[in-house]
Amino acid sequence: MSAGTSADHAATLEVGAGAGVIAEDRIAVATQWQLIWWRFRKHKLAVGGTIVLILFYVVCLFADFFAYVDPTESEAQRSLMAPQPIHWMDNGSFRPYVYALKGTRDPLTFKRVYVPDTTTKIPVTFFGHGEPWQLFGFIPTDRHLIAVEGAKPAESLFLLGTDTHGRDLWSRLMYATRTSMTIGLVSVALSLVLGVALGGVSGYFGGPIDTAIQRVIEILRSIPTIPLWMGLAAALPADWSVVQVYFAITIIISLIGWTELARVVRGRFISLKQEDFVMAAELVGCSKSRIIFRHMVPSFISHIIAATTLAIPAIIISETSLSFLGLGLRPPAISWGVLLQDAQNIQALVISPWLLFPSIAVIVAVLAFNFMGDGIRDAADPYL
Amino acid sequence: MIAYIVRRLLLAIMTVWAISVLSFMIIHLPPGDYVTSYIASMSASGSAVSEGEAQALREQLGLDKPITVQYAKWMGLILQGNFGMAMEWGRPVADVIGDRLTLTMIISVAAILFTWGIALPIGIYSAVYPYSFLDYAFTFIGFIGLAIPGFLLALVVMYVGFRYFGANVGGLFSPDFIEAPWSIEKAWDLTKHLPVPAIVLGVAGTAQLIRIMRSNLLDELRKPYVMTARARGLSEYRVVMRYPVRVALNPFVSTIGYLLPYIVSGSIIVSLVLSLPTVGPLLLKALIAQDMFLAGTIILLLGVMTVVGTFISDLLLMWVDPRIRLGRE
Repeated sequence: MSAGTSADHAATLEVGAGAGVIAEDRIAVATQWQLIWWRFRKHKLAVGGTIVLILFYVVCLFADFFAYVDPTESEAQRSLMAPQPIHWMDNGSFRPYVYALKGTRDPLTFKRVYVPDTTTKIPVTFFGHGEPWQLFGFIPTDRHLIAVEGAKPAESLFLLGTDTHGRDLWSRLMYATRTSMTIGLVSVALSLVLGVALGGVSGYFGGPIDTAIQRVIEILRSIPTIPLWMGLAAALPADWSVVQVYFAITIIISLIGWTELARVVRGRFISLKQEDFVMAAELVGCSKSRIIFRHMVPSFISHIIAATTLAIPAIIISETSLSFLGLGLRPPAISWGVLLQDAQNIQALVISPWLLFPSIAVIVAVLAFNFMGDGIRDAADPYL
Repeated sequence: MIAYIVRRLLLAIMTVWAISVLSFMIIHLPPGDYVTSYIASMSASGSAVSEGEAQALREQLGLDKPITVQYAKWMGLILQGNFGMAMEWGRPVADVIGDRLTLTMIISVAAILFTWGIALPIGIYSAVYPYSFLDYAFTFIGFIGLAIPGFLLALVVMYVGFRYFGANVGGLFSPDFIEAPWSIEKAWDLTKHLPVPAIVLGVAGTAQLIRIMRSNLLDELRKPYVMTARARGLSEYRVVMRYPVRVALNPFVSTIGYLLPYIVSGSIIVSLVLSLPTVGPLLLKALIAQDMFLAGTIILLLGVMTVVGTFISDLLLMWVDPRIRLGRE
């Protein structure tokens, strides 16, 4: 690490204390995790990214609450409706409403079109009643973040418009977030197991095993991944269920994604092997597994967390790309990639640009993971 | 030096072997073999395959033998340049892939040139003026570039091009040239269409390279010899360009080994969105039609092409970096 980091550290020492002596006492007794947290807290972008990610995962947990209609309910009559504006103020007071929609025929094309009926206002409420759903799968409720009064949400609320089958894009986006954000986690967990096991073996034992594993990593990294993923994903049987495909895709992605994690773990093992405390443990007669898991792993776990966080965005992009091509998750599964499939060609984009909305979710999530990962990486070694 | 070349060459050969095994696996993963799908596609197009013909084909491909023998036979055919038949097209795979593979390579190389051309000056600027307004601006743009998957950027470029400039930015040739044989005019037409795909493909890699270049050069500029050069009164331009940039450039060249697979990979998806005549759309079609022979061959050839490119970049690195040339890494 360079001069910049030690300056940061000097600043960390002064965290939240007026008198230097008190601050030093605090530093001296602080645990490693407290030090990491103090350093992390100063990285504003990382904190921002973390907050955004917490919001995303709240949406994952309560997708049914944030959605206001069934994401699979299609209605050909309402296909490709544009996003509908919410009017926040009514006669000078805060009373959000939307205009009711009236179906008419276009006199030229005879296509059914919906126009706002400015005489009928439908009040929009928050935390109101809507379609029933079950909290955590067993507590029945019908509260939703957004609801309408005196009308069915499926017929009157189109925050982000609808897709070609007339399904509500906002509600679909909420469920897609659940799929895409969890696929990142599941997949990274698998990569982590592979990466820590192979990287640890490689770094701890060294010698021919190390060379062999390093060669495998080099080979894997020099193969273009997307064609390979496409080939593997296309080979999945067409009659598999949504859940089977979901796990198959996570496995395919993590089979190639573990290399970077293995590299980080190996590097840490090699540098820690020379530390005095490891030699001390060896001399005292600790078993190999005790040295690895009680002495070495705790001192670089924060680095693993950082590398893991930075690996998730690549996985999210992979899943989105595969599903976008129609080779990843398949409908009726809903993920960001599946949603973006509708926006595949220029004709669709020009007629209905709102189909690109899911891409904003992808970009924000990927950025947030990158910022958070950068913050953790910078804070990972608080004793530097 | 010889040892370095031999080691790289061995690694390249091992990689090609690994890719061939993976492609072979992909060909054999779906249920049914090549002949059953061949018969199905032939009868779908109205021409029947007799039992004898099917049997002959099975024997030629060794489909009744164990999997290792099949792999050996397949490799043997490929080494003779016989890639089998592309079913949907009813033509030999080699014919179908032909130009498309070359175009994939041209686009990938153009993207790498773009990446270098942009990342080099920006990286130098950001390191010479760290924490300046432009440095932050480039870092920010770089982050965004990293976060946007290639196909999304392609979609947005298409949309903006169509909406605000009324032009279709997709494709690699003007309509007049698509079917035309190769000529100077056609090559020029290609050059004019290259920038858009090259930029779309290159953006993510550029962001990474700028970060690498910036941190390398920052480390280098802090070294005492730079101060010595300055103390001796060298012009600022010479102080920076003469040695620090050259030293910082080495990791730059070596990243091509990772950049090339990444860009070739990205070109597959971006080609689909921008409808470029590369192997990308072909691969997707083959996979969806379960024409695994064509798909496997494309994956194999893409892999081999990448490995060859990486090997060339290794040689280039040796030429740039005397430490490698003289065997002291």
